[in-house]
Amino acid sequence: MIHFERVTYTYPHTAHPALRDINLDIDEGSFVAVIGANGAGKSTLCAALAGFIPHHFRGELQGRVIVDGLDTATTPLSELVTRVGLVFQNPFNQLSGAKLTLAEEVAFGLENLGVPREEMFARVNAALDIVGLREFANRSPYALSGGEMQRVALACILVMEPRVLVLDEPTAQLDPIGTRELFHALRALISERRCTVVLVEQKTEWIAAFADRVIALHDGAIVLDGTPRAVLTSARLDEIGIRVPRYTVAARAAREQGLWQRELELPVTFEQAVQGFQTRSGK
Amino acid sequence: MNISIRDVHFGYDAAQTVLRGIAIEIHRGERVALIGQNGSGKTTLVKHLNGLVRPTRGEVIVGDWNTRAHSVAQMARRVGLVFQNPEEQIFKNRVADEIAFGLANLGLTRDEIAQRVDAVLTRTALTACRDAHPYELLASQRRWVALASILALDTPILILDEPTTGQDAAGLTRLGALVNELTREGKTIIAITHDMDWCAEHFDRVIVLKQGRVLVDGDPHQIFAQTDLLAETFIEPPQITRLGMALGFSETVLTVDEFLQMQKNVSTASSQ
Repeated sequence: MIHFERVTYTYPHTAHPALRDINLDIDEGSFVAVIGANGAGKSTLCAALAGFIPHHFRGELQGRVIVDGLDTATTPLSELVTRVGLVFQNPFNQLSGAKLTLAEEVAFGLENLGVPREEMFARVNAALDIVGLREFANRSPYALSGGEMQRVALACILVMEPRVLVLDEPTAQLDPIGTRELFHALRALISERRCTVVLVEQKTEWIAAFADRVIALHDGAIVLDGTPRAVLTSARLDEIGIRVPRYTVAARAAREQGLWQRELELPVTFEQAVQGFQTRSGK
Repeated sequence: MNISIRDVHFGYDAAQTVLRGIAIEIHRGERVALIGQNGSGKTTLVKHLNGLVRPTRGEVIVGDWNTRAHSVAQMARRVGLVFQNPEEQIFKNRVADEIAFGLANLGLTRDEIAQRVDAVLTRTALTACRDAHPYELLASQRRWVALASILALDTPILILDEPTTGQDAAGLTRLGALVNELTREGKTIIAITHDMDWCAEHFDRVIVLKQGRVLVDGDPHQIFAQTDLLAETFIEPPQITRLGMALGFSETVLTVDEFLQMQKNVSTASSQ
């Protein structure tokens, strides 16, 4: 579904590439999390995936990005937006600022595509249901809390029903229940619509519980790629400044003190941690 | 300087009541985390502390100043508020100018401003970005610029609205260290956060808001032990706390160190 071939990208007026020789294949229907320290290239990777590079950000792009069979460099953004949707890091950057109600805001993209009215209503309602904001449909998008606005930004993309969903730290301002609901909603989109999800996220404990695959970026390059357990227990993450789940930190420290069995793999989820520590204490 | 929030009610309009009778006393030097669901009133409450928003009923007193009787500019000398979204706060074209702006308004001399800007840039690890345009920076760095510009004002009370958003491991550690340092300097820190792990590791007092009311207020060890009460507002205790509970620890643990100590005790007891 997604293919990066030797992709190197440098922003205008900068010398150092933000992405360096990225080779990446992502299958349809998979849930891939991208992690990395601030400045590692995560948002740039999202922009390249959604075609904002090279259509919006000029700079110098080498290599090719193919999404759903389309080369992002030669396909117009108007066509790409129906295949790949990008949810921005900051919801304020995503909202149009031109709509008075939340429902109108969510409908904005569909209006631009000329979707019939009846279909538009149904899709807007469905998107608002997924993010749990249907009851606020007639409220101003600017009379919402930060977390609620982040959900609106997500609804604006979900309504387009893209086959590839790219989310750049979508839970940054969400409360824990909002975060949990979002992860469940993404899983449902994968199982019901065969969506492919690429998610940039700092909250590794959620990635550990929900993603199929984790890619770690450092200084614009892929340095780790594998299952959540393999990547999140890698000692390399400390070096590259990524916060791992506390379960992993606790078990690693416990292992040093003989409180975690050496032959047991380190945990990344709550369940794995409980099981591992119970094994140690012989329960 | 103490803060007294007395039976504060507030609604942005008649149809939408946000705060429904908040009463909180905060003493000088406290580190207070404000948690709760999106829309529970956290941001609205902290906007009351520097007078950006005034109660429809009740009073907010900072030191001996009632926010009703003082302008936002006056309150800003006592209460520094770092917004949730730095884009709402930053408007200068250069990082150093953004930080200097508030200082110039305080009437400081050029030399004093230069000194404070330097000190704050160092403290927030932004020295290398001094001449950059804030919008050329990473979102996480822009957040530090917003924090730096308020930190420079050297107010006795500092409020951080979701400061951990978008911060990586190094950023979170730096932010935690800064909170600890500022507390040692005698400042009062109030932070809104959804990061329960960070909250548990750096704050002495946790206040949980639910639908515009205080649900519970106290020491984090006590607060995070009350899982049923927290579930009412869909808050889960920190990861390490939940792990300790699942393993049947007799005490609530908030940090990895506390967890290891308890695990050691359990291990020693079971081997005897």
